[in-house]
Amino acid sequence: MVVYLLAFYVYPLYRNVDLSLRDYTVRSFVRGDAPFTGLANYAKVVRDATFGPALWHTVVFTVVSLAFQFTIGLALAMFFTRSFRLSATLRALFLVPWLLPLIVSSSTWSWMLNSESGVVNAVLAAVGIDPVNWLTSPDWSLWSVTIANIWIGIPFNLVVLYSGLQAIPSHIHEAAELDGATGWQRFWKVTFPLLRPVSAITLLLGLVYTLKVFDIIWIMTKGGPSDASTTLATWSYRLGFGNLLPSFGPGAAVGNLLIVIALVFGLVYIRAQRRQGAA
Amino acid sequence: MRAAGRGWWRTGLGVVFTALMLFPVYWMVNVSFTRDQDMRKSPPYWFPVHGTLEGYRAVLEQQLPYLGVSLVVGLGTVALTLAIAVPAAYSLAKLRPRGRGVLGFVLLIAQMIPGVIMAMGFYAIFLATGVLNTVPGLIVADSTLAVPFAVLIFTAFMSGIPEELLQAARVDGAGALRTFWSVVLPVSRNSVITVSLFAFLWAWSDFVFASTLDQGGAHQPITLGIYHYIGNNNQQWNAIMATAVIASIPAAVLLVIAQRYVAAGVTAGAVKD
Repeated sequence: MVVYLLAFYVYPLYRNVDLSLRDYTVRSFVRGDAPFTGLANYAKVVRDATFGPALWHTVVFTVVSLAFQFTIGLALAMFFTRSFRLSATLRALFLVPWLLPLIVSSSTWSWMLNSESGVVNAVLAAVGIDPVNWLTSPDWSLWSVTIANIWIGIPFNLVVLYSGLQAIPSHIHEAAELDGATGWQRFWKVTFPLLRPVSAITLLLGLVYTLKVFDIIWIMTKGGPSDASTTLATWSYRLGFGNLLPSFGPGAAVGNLLIVIALVFGLVYIRAQRRQGAA
Repeated sequence: MRAAGRGWWRTGLGVVFTALMLFPVYWMVNVSFTRDQDMRKSPPYWFPVHGTLEGYRAVLEQQLPYLGVSLVVGLGTVALTLAIAVPAAYSLAKLRPRGRGVLGFVLLIAQMIPGVIMAMGFYAIFLATGVLNTVPGLIVADSTLAVPFAVLIFTAFMSGIPEELLQAARVDGAGALRTFWSVVLPVSRNSVITVSLFAFLWAWSDFVFASTLDQGGAHQPITLGIYHYIGNNNQQWNAIMATAVIASIPAAVLLVIAQRYVAAGVTAGAVKD
């Protein structure tokens, strides 16, 4: 196991850090004798005109996705806590978007959002709204990929939050009901605080997954038009693989920055958890 | 206690929510049956009234090799994942080597690494070792998607196997290997199924590794098949969607035959510690 971890995680990661620290060209990549340039690739990336927008898009994409996924997921989880006819079947069907290959959901969304013949614009036209260039307008492409990502992320939030809700003993609710708490009060004063640990882990995992999202954006818009939906993940891919002349160095540097961001949040979470455990 | 009418009201609402949520899936199926000439019709047909199998015919003609490769990659990934994760988890859970806490933490972190980054590292290594653009290379890369998850699931499960069971086997004269093969493995059947299903699904759905490590390969998986399709002919959306429908079959099968395992799999990583 240790050997496997070393061979297939640590070594690629090491190669990746190594890539980010050297000045690679196609030839030196094959021969493996690229000069060591220290943090030059990082400096280059941070000063690049794409860096600011890409970082901002990553933040918007992640925060908006998480907010909607979590809220809708929680609302649905609450809805499903009362068992009713077909509730188990419907809950299982909700998993479908999460299980579909990302290329399937992304290409379906990109056809639905197609400017001339997409079903979304057809619906908008039916209620009298002008068609929107979802994927080809710089104002909308980031929102389009965010919408698709929210759709894909809802099932995960639903299932995890649902199992979190199931773990709250029902007698607590009954006690609150006896004390005269209304539905809203019960949710905000009882359910929500008790659900906090599960919410935290859901949001953390959601954050980590959302930061990584590449497939959806790449397939739907390739980060375009003119970088309007480029995030750090797609930028890293484009630098490394998207051009005829790959620039692995900067690509790897962007990717490593992404790992650092994810790790920071992971550590914040672990510290918060520790403090709660101590208190 | 509650009136029966209220239950129906919830069912109705639930059906509406589910229908809204699954609309894109329905639309994919609908478009896959739509004729070429109706594709740009506005408003579109809401049901495949003039259904055609053109799209599926195109899939059978053009996409079969891709599907075959995906199948091989998926099965190969399952085999490799199990071969690595089951013994690893057994030793973590029962033999308790030093540093298992650290190893567990490393596995959690490993799941967080963006695929793009792993792909770049693999690209450099595969180029040097000559497995770039080959099916075995892709299998190795895809197994990294499932192994951390697999080890965590197996470890959690195997820790729960009662010590008495293993002792009984030992008393009966079974060695560590024999105990593992004849006792631990059969008892862990459910978790093996869960992990296999997920490993297959992830390998089947993988796009990042396929598009980077196999973009020049002779044998490419179905995700790349769809991707090329979108790039090459923007007109034949019924064929694209038909391929998408077929590529979704493993997910559908997974959901039907293994519903409870799936929900368990989603929550396993999250709620348990």
